Amino acid sequence: MDLFEYQARDLLASHGVPVLPGGVADTPDQAEAIAREIGQTVVVKAQVKVGGRGKAGGVKLADNPEDARARTQDILGLDIKGHITQRVMVAQASDIAEEYYFSYLLDRSNRTFLAMASKEGGMEIEQLAVERPEALARIPIDASKGVDSAKAAEIVDAANFPAEVRDQVIAIAVQLWDVFAKEDATLVEVNPLAKAPDGTVLALDAKVTLDENAGFRHPEHAALEDAAAADPLEARAKEKDLNYVKLEGEVGIIGNGAGLVMSTLDVVAYAGEEFGGVKPANFLDIGGGASAEVMANGLEIILSDPAVKSVFVNVFGGITSCDAVANGIVSALEILGDEATKPLVVRLDGNNVEEGRRILAEANHSLVTVVDTMDGAARRAAELAA
Amino acid sequence: MSIFLNENSKVIVQGMTGSEGSKHTARMLASGTAIVGGVNPRKAGTSVDFDGTSVPVFGSVADAMKETGADVSVIFVPPPFAKAAVIEAVDAQIGLAVVITEGIPVHDSTYFWAHAQGGATRIIGPNCPGLISPGRSNAGIIPANITKQGKIGLVSKSGTLTYQMMYELRDIGFSTAIGIGGDPVIGTTHIDALQAFQDDPETEAIVMIGEIGGDAEERAADFIKANVTKPVVGYVAGFTAPEGKTMGHAGAIVSGSAGTAQAKKEALEAAGVRVGKTPSETAKLMREIVGA
Repeated sequence: MDLFEYQARDLLASHGVPVLPGGVADTPDQAEAIAREIGQTVVVKAQVKVGGRGKAGGVKLADNPEDARARTQDILGLDIKGHITQRVMVAQASDIAEEYYFSYLLDRSNRTFLAMASKEGGMEIEQLAVERPEALARIPIDASKGVDSAKAAEIVDAANFPAEVRDQVIAIAVQLWDVFAKEDATLVEVNPLAKAPDGTVLALDAKVTLDENAGFRHPEHAALEDAAAADPLEARAKEKDLNYVKLEGEVGIIGNGAGLVMSTLDVVAYAGEEFGGVKPANFLDIGGGASAEVMANGLEIILSDPAVKSVFVNVFGGITSCDAVANGIVSALEILGDEATKPLVVRLDGNNVEEGRRILAEANHSLVTVVDTMDGAARRAAELAA
Repeated sequence: MSIFLNENSKVIVQGMTGSEGSKHTARMLASGTAIVGGVNPRKAGTSVDFDGTSVPVFGSVADAMKETGADVSVIFVPPPFAKAAVIEAVDAQIGLAVVITEGIPVHDSTYFWAHAQGGATRIIGPNCPGLISPGRSNAGIIPANITKQGKIGLVSKSGTLTYQMMYELRDIGFSTAIGIGGDPVIGTTHIDALQAFQDDPETEAIVMIGEIGGDAEERAADFIKANVTKPVVGYVAGFTAPEGKTMGHAGAIVSGSAGTAQAKKEALEAAGVRVGKTPSETAKLMREIVGA
């Protein structure tokens, strides 16, 4: 889960990382009130989960509370690379003497954590990494040891931070590790880590990604989810514990196992080329146990998507047997009754497949076509959606 | 021969008395796996009956190994306790720990991976279906009745695609099929399995299944080019998967790859691997190679 800047800032502050005073506002009124409390020049920043805000006009200085209100009015509703701005952060503006970069992240290739640091921050770090890789220090971190002051000093010295900020940056590096480890983050990136004219080092902007698998030990993280951004069908699917992602296409997909469902999307898109570019309408993994209820919930979500013209149910009976899946489909269609209006192509293989196909043949539902192979079924579903 | 698991493997189950653990212990036993014990400190000294086979419960992995000579542990322990369970298996120096559990925080898996370095334990998973050497032993949740012993080696990130490919090539059979899991940090990689299949005299050809994310397939492609002389066919899932809304690009800097299905397919093809467009087409490519 990627956090908004203001959420990342609050999280960093709660672990002692120095940040500037500020708050988040949904309305110009709120922004004005925050600016009044800060009592000096503020910066109004669009809260969107995408880079390039400054260039898009999403970051503005405001000299007084009225100005903050006006700038907020300009920024709310702004479309930044397809993200509509719903909220701004109003923070005390800071003069910047120097900009640095610091991050911790998961390095999946090396199955470890990595610290990256540079005394040349502010710019796009991807660009720095390509153009002047020697300016970006990369220090692996042993996950079983973490980052203490000594390790932090190693990182800071590898990046050649100026002597006058060394101790401050070491302290911040330890605090950022605290955020990374204790909050179960997979990315904590501060850019810029800035030195103010008075020599104080502060985190001016941060990106944080939290591991959703660790939700069981962070019940408070649930409140950070951006419910407003979710697609309405995705939100409904989530309520029913379904692993559903809305896509732009016409063939509804239900399958079991993430890999097989991903493969099903590809096979449908591949078959769809023949029928004028028909595409999969969604990803839906109903998991190992395809009960009638789960099947009915899944079908109900998919059939309520107006873009869907046909549905492809692709199940390999591994742990679940195909007769149970077939019974699930038949009962799901009974539960849905008249709501089921779109053709279903079903492909079953694996455990107890003959019995599964027999059950579907016997039910002889007018909407259901059984096709024996995955490629053949994908082709039929694409044809029906064309 | 087979890789990592054979007819002499003695298997224990951590989390055997839980609902998933007991269901799959019964299935593993039914497929002929030598399940020699379960581990649960609160039920040590008891035993569990699986259709007439009594399986003793031990208080720790170390006790179970001492009493039974177990060399494989299959772990079904729920996410909050999985890290401790894997560490226990590693500290007891068991040869193979197969972590089935889905949803383990990546800080936990990265920790137990680091902890296992230099030790005696190979970790497979987490979030994987385990592995099967058909007709010999089955450690995990892969259905045993799909196929038989044979000459193909299979390594895959995905469980259901593993089953699908075993089914497509069921008449030829497999030396070992291994699901390594799709989590960001896993114990056994494509490369580890490719090396083992290359060294296994019974394996004549290899199927490798990958999916979007990370750069494991690209690294495997380099490895194949340099080290694998046996024929390899590949399949990559996720061409139409939506691009993740990642904010920081720091991850891409590290991997040096976009992690897309297209990039993976191209890397594999550049290494001489024939890549199928669908699972069935991939199976056909394998049939051409083994002449069946």
